[in-house]
Amino acid sequence: MQSYLVLAGVLFAIGLFGVITRRNTIGILMSLELMFNAANINLVTFNKFVPNDGLTGQMFAIFIVVVAAAEATIGLAIVLLVYRNWRGIETDNYSIMKW
Amino acid sequence: MAEQYEPGLVFWVLSIVILVSGLMVVSLKNIFHCAMFLILCLSGVAGIFILLSAEFLAAAQVLIYVGAVAVLMVFAIMLTSNLASRRIVMTNQKAGAAVLACVIFAVGIYFLIKTATEARIWDRASEALPADNVLVIGKLLMTQFMLPFEVVSVILLAAMIGAIVLARKEAA
Repeated sequence: MQSYLVLAGVLFAIGLFGVITRRNTIGILMSLELMFNAANINLVTFNKFVPNDGLTGQMFAIFIVVVAAAEATIGLAIVLLVYRNWRGIETDNYSIMKW
Repeated sequence: MAEQYEPGLVFWVLSIVILVSGLMVVSLKNIFHCAMFLILCLSGVAGIFILLSAEFLAAAQVLIYVGAVAVLMVFAIMLTSNLASRRIVMTNQKAGAAVLACVIFAVGIYFLIKTATEARIWDRASEALPADNVLVIGKLLMTQFMLPFEVVSVILLAAMIGAIVLARKEAA
């Protein structure tokens, strides 16, 4: 049980590291997927090892997967749009939303 | 029940695969290689799901993540970054801050797990999970989780429309 939690924690930390250090927007999105997966591992682990009524944790994980898919779609569409407008997808190229 | 808590060899192999490929995802220079390692990492997570007797989730993971999201990533990489040019700097200069954040996070997680272990929330023998995973999930989706199910379908529709609108050439 603890091993699964540690695995999920380390995977989440790796994803966090990626999100902070990447300059490429697609790289950030991929790191985000890692973090989603870490959260899912946690949910499924608790669903298996902690007494509960049925499969609530797994249902939660399924919804997370679906929402992550939607997020990836929208994110990559935005990436395409940004690329079309700025000719590049590095995060420090477009600081237009910063003030 | 106690022997279930001890993960076996498969778990260790899978975790090593997941962690190494995860590190590759966040550290490699070539974004295309990162996507390939992301696929490997997500497949490993699917294996972990099977170990945790979540077979349906493992199948969904393979279909959605490895099948759809990874292909989407590869498409976006092909469409945006000019792979030929190696001059692109992939990371910013925040590695120190990132390591610090991760260490703080890891310490927090460590204390969380320690506290939970001392509280022994999982030492009670849990009742066995339903053997027919898919059947139970389908029933739950249509009864207890009816509303989230519908909401998530609306989210998917919104995401689809949004992606089409965003990626369209020019507003007509």
